[in-house]
Formats: sequence, C-alpha cells, structure tokens
Amino acid sequence: MSPRLLAAVAAGGAVGAALRWACGEAVPDGPGLPATTLAVNVVGSLLLALLPAIAVVRRSATLRAAVGPGLLGGFTTLSAASEQTRSLLADGRPALALGYLLGTLLATVAAVALATRLAPQPTDAGVAS
Amino acid sequence: MTLLLVALGGALGSALRYAAATALDARLPRGTLAVNVAGSALLGLLVGLGVEDSAYSLLGVGFCGGLTTWSAFAGQTHRLGPRTGTTYAVATLGLALAACALGFWVGSAGAGPQA
Repeated sequence: MSPRLLAAVAAGGAVGAALRWACGEAVPDGPGLPATTLAVNVVGSLLLALLPAIAVVRRSATLRAAVGPGLLGGFTTLSAASEQTRSLLADGRPALALGYLLGTLLATVAAVALATRLAPQPTDAGVAS
Repeated sequence: MTLLLVALGGALGSALRYAAATALDARLPRGTLAVNVAGSALLGLLVGLGVEDSAYSLLGVGFCGGLTTWSAFAGQTHRLGPRTGTTYAVATLGLALAACALGFWVGSAGAGPQA
C-alpha cells in the first residue's frame, strides 16, 4: 500500500464524508425510515459499481483510490445504518428496523447488479473499495 | 466548522479502512467486515455516551462514517454470489448491529443513570 494511494483515499474520504453530511443537513433523516441515509448508500453503491466503466478512472490507480474507497467509501456508511436500526429497535419498531436494514441491503445489491449489467467490467476490479 | 470536522474524521476513517482492507481482504473481505463492525460499535458507544456537537461531527459522522462503508460491502456481497454473498451480508449486518447495541449499552452505562 503506497503512501500516495493512502493519501488519495484520505482526500476522497474527506470529500465523501462531507457530502454525506451535507445530504443529511439538506434532508435530515426523520424519526421514521432514514430515507436520506438509504438514498446515500444506494447512490454510492451504484456509482462504485459503475467506476470500472469509466476509462479515465481505469487508467489511474490514484484516481481509482481517491474516488472508490475514498469518495464513495466515505460517502456511504454502515455505522449510521447500524445505529439507526438499533434506535428503531429500541423505539419498539422492529418491522421498520429490519425492513430498513434488509431493504438497504437488497436495494444496494440490486443497484450493483444493475451497474455491472450496464457497464463493461474488466476482469480485475482491484482491491475492495 | 462542522464541515471541516466531518471531512477530517472522514479522511482518517477512510484511510484506516483502506489500510485494513488492503491488509486483510482476501476472497472473503475480512478487513472490510472488521472495520464495519468496529465502526458500528464505536458509533453506538458515542451515541450511548451522549456525545454531541463538534465531537460527534468529528468522531461519529466523520470518523465512523468514513471507517465504515456500504458501497464496498454491497459490491463484495454481489461479487461473492448468492450463497457466500448472503452469508457475508448477514454476518456483516448481524455483527455490526450487535456491536452497535453493545457499544450503546456500554456507553449508556458509562454515561450514568441520567442518560
């Protein structure tokens, strides 16, 4: 792992986290379904799966690290989804809690499946991003 | 100010996640699994402790949000196929939720009876 790639991930992660925060400020998650976090995770998962189709990203390892594990890794979140699910369970809303968690899983994996059908996938997608 | 704290935390968390994924992800993404569970535990702890404002922006929204990832998790689940992918997804979400609840419980106990 090169320092350059690590720095690229950190820079992308800063932007991604800031964008996620801005989405939450613009449309705060309400007391029910955390729709903003759900949307952030679906959009981020879709875009990550589309990345290999973008030639300029395929050519540059630095750009790949900055946008993949950096920007989109930092934009999406699993910790917030865990805490939101825990909070809904604690509020006595188990159906909404599990529907939210499993719904996010199904929606994001479906988005990835869609992206891999639409975009040509190189055989080596690189390390997990 | 909040934006900068979130960005700083996001940079640190993302870099740590990348280091863990590079070191530990093999056919099974153990590194990503580990950071997703650890980040969920830490966020639960912060919420349980009642951490708010600047500290929450830096550590909760920024660091925990950057440390954990849903996009890579979804891509890995898809790549692993229906059988292994389902096992990986259920393990990640189950462990992350349990870790978050444990963190919250520890934090609430630490914050005292008023929390």
